[in-house]
Amino acid sequence: MTVRVEPLPHVDLPPLRQVGKPVRRVDVLAKAAGATVYAGDFTLPNMLHARVLRSPHPSAAILRIDVSRARALPGVACVLTAADLPNARLATDIPGQTGQRKRAGSDAQVLAAEVVRFAGEAVALVAAETNALAEQALSLIAVDYEPLPGVFDPFEALKPGAPIVNAPDNVVARWKIRKGDLARGMDEAVTVVENTFRVPFVDHAYIETESGVAWVDERDVINIRVSTQVIEHFRSIAAAVGVPHNKLRVQAAMVGGGFGGKEDITVEIFLGLLAKATRRPVRLVYTREESLLAHSKRHPMVITHRTGVTRGGRITAAEINIVADSGAYPYLSPYVLLYATVVATGPYRIDNVHVDSVVVATNNPFTSAFRGFGAPQACFAHEQQMDECAAAVGMDPLDFRCRNYLRPGDFNATGQEMKGAIWLEETAARALAALGEKTTPAELLEWFRARGDRTRLTADAIRSVRVGQGLASYMQSYGRITWLHDTSQAWVGVELDGSVVIRCGAPDLGGGQMSSLCQIAAEVLGVSLARVSIHAADSAMTPLAGTTTATRQLYMSGNAVLKAAGEVRKTLLQRASYHFEVPAAELDLAEGVVFVKAEPAQQLALAELIAVCAAEGLHLSNLALFTGPFTDRLDPENLSGPVFPDFTFGAQAVEAAVDAETGEVFVLKSVACHDVGRAINPAAVDGQIQGASVQGLGYALMEDFIVEQGVARTPTLTEYLIPTAGDFPTTQAIILESGAGLGPFGAKGIGEPALTPAAPAAANAVANALGARIHALPITPWRVLAAGGLHTSDV
Amino acid sequence: MGPKVISLIVNGRLHHVALAPNVTLLEALRELGYMDVKNGCEKGDCGACAVLLNGLAVNSCLALAWQADGAEIITCAGLGTTEHPHPLQTAFADLGAIQCGYCTPGMIIAAKALLDHNPQPTEEEIREAISGNLCRCTGYGQIVDAVTAAAQMLRHAEGRAPG
Repeated sequence: MTVRVEPLPHVDLPPLRQVGKPVRRVDVLAKAAGATVYAGDFTLPNMLHARVLRSPHPSAAILRIDVSRARALPGVACVLTAADLPNARLATDIPGQTGQRKRAGSDAQVLAAEVVRFAGEAVALVAAETNALAEQALSLIAVDYEPLPGVFDPFEALKPGAPIVNAPDNVVARWKIRKGDLARGMDEAVTVVENTFRVPFVDHAYIETESGVAWVDERDVINIRVSTQVIEHFRSIAAAVGVPHNKLRVQAAMVGGGFGGKEDITVEIFLGLLAKATRRPVRLVYTREESLLAHSKRHPMVITHRTGVTRGGRITAAEINIVADSGAYPYLSPYVLLYATVVATGPYRIDNVHVDSVVVATNNPFTSAFRGFGAPQACFAHEQQMDECAAAVGMDPLDFRCRNYLRPGDFNATGQEMKGAIWLEETAARALAALGEKTTPAELLEWFRARGDRTRLTADAIRSVRVGQGLASYMQSYGRITWLHDTSQAWVGVELDGSVVIRCGAPDLGGGQMSSLCQIAAEVLGVSLARVSIHAADSAMTPLAGTTTATRQLYMSGNAVLKAAGEVRKTLLQRASYHFEVPAAELDLAEGVVFVKAEPAQQLALAELIAVCAAEGLHLSNLALFTGPFTDRLDPENLSGPVFPDFTFGAQAVEAAVDAETGEVFVLKSVACHDVGRAINPAAVDGQIQGASVQGLGYALMEDFIVEQGVARTPTLTEYLIPTAGDFPTTQAIILESGAGLGPFGAKGIGEPALTPAAPAAANAVANALGARIHALPITPWRVLAAGGLHTSDV
Repeated sequence: MGPKVISLIVNGRLHHVALAPNVTLLEALRELGYMDVKNGCEKGDCGACAVLLNGLAVNSCLALAWQADGAEIITCAGLGTTEHPHPLQTAFADLGAIQCGYCTPGMIIAAKALLDHNPQPTEEEIREAISGNLCRCTGYGQIVDAVTAAAQMLRHAEGRAPG
C-alpha cells in the first residue's frame, strides 16, 4: 500500500534555548548510580515492620476475629482490626480534590468490619519488630468467615435477584450520550456493521510494589513517605486516622512506576494508623503477590458497536453500548467509564450517536485508573470497528478514516467543539508510511533467523505464516474532567548565587515530571538546567499541585511553573532596566546573564542582579496558581457539552506475522505518530511513546489477569506475563509539534495517549494477516486458532 | 539450624554477619544498607535484585546468603557514583533508558555481565541478556541503545588503555 503523506500545515514555533532539547533528565543519573532512595528503601531508628491480613474469600461475612494470640506474640507491637477504627472509611471516587461532591455509597472499608467483598480485602494490620515476626503474627489471627453468595460477572450482577455488593444496587454509574437522530442516521446508511469487543482485567505491574514508611514527629505530625501518585490523599488519610488535616503529611518518594495503580490510596492509610497507634516509625512494603491482590486493575469491558455507513464511506450513525466491571468498590470507576463513553465514537465526526454505558459492582478485584483511563478499551473497539466498516463498503482503512476524521469546527460526541490542530490524517499517514511495504517471505525468514528461531528456517516452515498491517487512530484527553475544577500551584525563586529553586507538589512517577518543570524554569530564567533544583511532592512543604494522573502535570504544573518563573523574570528585568537604562522589553536572560538584546556585550551576571534586588528588598520568588477551564457538571442522562480541556491526537501502525498453524503472533514493526503540541524534552517524549507502546502491545497480545469466581489465577509475575526485552521490537516514534496544546509552549499531554492506539493497531494487523477478526484481548494463540487459523483452506 | 557468621565482600567492603540459613542474599544485602539492590518479586521473575556474584549476574532473591559466603559481590552502586559514573550508568542516563529507575540497577548489572564477556553485542544479544529483567516504563528500546553506546565507550576506553 502506498500512502501519500501531505506536508504539515505551517506552524510558527518560537525558538527556545532549553525547552525542546533532548536533555538528560535531572533525576536519572542518581537512578543510574543506584543512589535514589525509593519509599521502601527508607529506614528509621527503632522502626517496626507492618503486614496486612487479607481475605481469601471474595464474598463472606466475618463472624469473629480473634487477635489475642497475635497480640501476645513477643515482638508484636500492634494489631489493628476494624473494631479499633470506628471512623475509618475511605472515599474512593475523587482523589486529591477538595470541596467536591462525593458519590453516595462509594466508601471503601479501610479494614473489613462485617463483610469482605473481594479476595484480598484487608482485614487486620500487624506491626512487629521484624518482618518475619509480623508474618508470624498474621498466621496467629483467627478469622471465622461465612462464605456468602457472590457475583462475578457484570451482566449477572445487573439481573434481578443478583447478590448486592454495595447497597442499594450494583449499578455504580451510568452515562448516556444522545446526539442527533439515531434512527434517521441508521436509515441513511447503506449498511449497518455490528460487533462486540471484550477486554480483560490487566495489571499495572510496576516493578516497585506499594511501599512506604511513617513516623510521628516531635510536633505530633504523622509523616508518611510513600510511593504515590497523589499526595493530596493526606486529607482522607487524616480523616480516617482521626487527626486534623494539618497534622498529617504525605511526601511522595520517587515512584517506581505508577500507571494509575498508585492513584488510589494503598499502604499510606495503614502506615498512618500504625504510626499513630504505636508512636514508632513503621515500614510497609507489599510483596508482589500482595500488590497484585491489593491494588486496582484495568476495567474489563464489553463494548458493542452498531455503525451505519453510506456507500461512499460516510458514518451516519453510531449506537454504542458499554458494560464495565467495577469490582467490589467504585474507586474511580464512574470516571473511567466517563472517559470511555466520551471517546467511544473515536476521533470521528458522527452526527447521530447513542452511547449507553454502565459500570457494575461485582465481587471481583476492584478496578480503577490505569494509563489511558478507559480510552484504551474504547479505542480497541472503535478502531477495529472502523476497519470492519471500511471492509463493509470496500474501502481502504486509511481512506475510510480520512473520510470521517474530525476536523476543526466539528463537534465530538458530547457536542464539544474541536479547536486547534487536529492532526489525525497527518499522524495516521505518517505512521503507515513509516511502516513501509509488507515484509516479504525472504525478509521474514531472515527475521526469524536473527531472532534465533530454530523452527522457521525454510520457506516451507513459514508457509503457514501470514503478514498483516494494521492502523489505529485515537483522540484522548489530557487534563482532568473540567467539572472537577482543576488547579495546580508552583513556587519559583532565585537564590543569591543565581541558582533557581522550584517547589511544586507534583509527584514524579518516572515520566520526567520534575525534569520538565526544571526545563521550563531554566528557559524562562535564562539559566542552565544544572542550575535549577526542585523540591517536589510534599503535602506540608510544597504548594499543592494536584495529582500526577490524567496526563495533567506538564499541562497544569508546567503552566504554574511558567507563570511563577515569569513573575520572577519580570522583577529581574524591571530592575535591570534601571541598570541598563533601557526598557525591560529590550532585555533578555540567558546563560546566567541579563543582557541588552540589541547589544549583548552590555550584560550583568544574574547573581549580581539578584544581589542588587535582594539588597533593595525586591520579591525574588513567586507562588503561582494555574487553573484549568471550569465547567458545570453535565447531565449523566445526556452528556452534552465539554468534559475535557483538550485532546491529543495520533495514530499507530503495526505489522504482525501470524502463524496460522501455531497461533503465534509476532510483531515485526511498529510506528507511532503523535502530535504532542510541543516536545519539552524530545528524548523523554520518545520514551513515553516507546514505553507506552510496549505496554499496549502487551495488552494486545499477552496480558490477562485471570479471575475465576473472584479469585486471581495469575497471582504472581510467573503467571501474569508482561513484555520482556525479547517480545516486541522498538516502536519508532514520530513526534509532531503543532504548538496547539494548552500546556507550556503549546505542549499537549502524551503519557497516557501514547498507550491507547497500540492494541487496536496490533489487532487490526492480526485481522489483516489472518483474514478473520478476533474480538477479544489478549490475542492468544488459542484465540488465533479458534478464529480460523488452522481451518482456513490454504493451510 | 541456627545463624552462622559469614563474610560478604560487597563493592569492596568486607562484612561479617551472623545470618540464619534461610536468609536470601537479597535480604542480607538490603539489611546491610545496599538499597540499590531492589526487591521486585522475590522469586526470580523480574531481575530487579540482580548483582554480580563473583562476576556472574544472579538474582539475589534466588541465592541464599550462605551460598555467597566469602564471595565478591558487586551491586550497581559499586560500579560507579554520580560523581564518577560507569559508562553504562552514563549511557543509561543520557539516552532515555531510565524512567522510574526501579529496574535500572538490576538492568545495569545484567548489561555489565554481558559486556564483560561480549564487548560488542548485537541488538538480539542485548535483548536476550536483559530478558530476565523486567522494565514496565521504557519498552526496552532505549535500554538497548544505551547498552550499545556503553559498549562502544568501553571498547574505545579499552583501545586507549596502555599495553
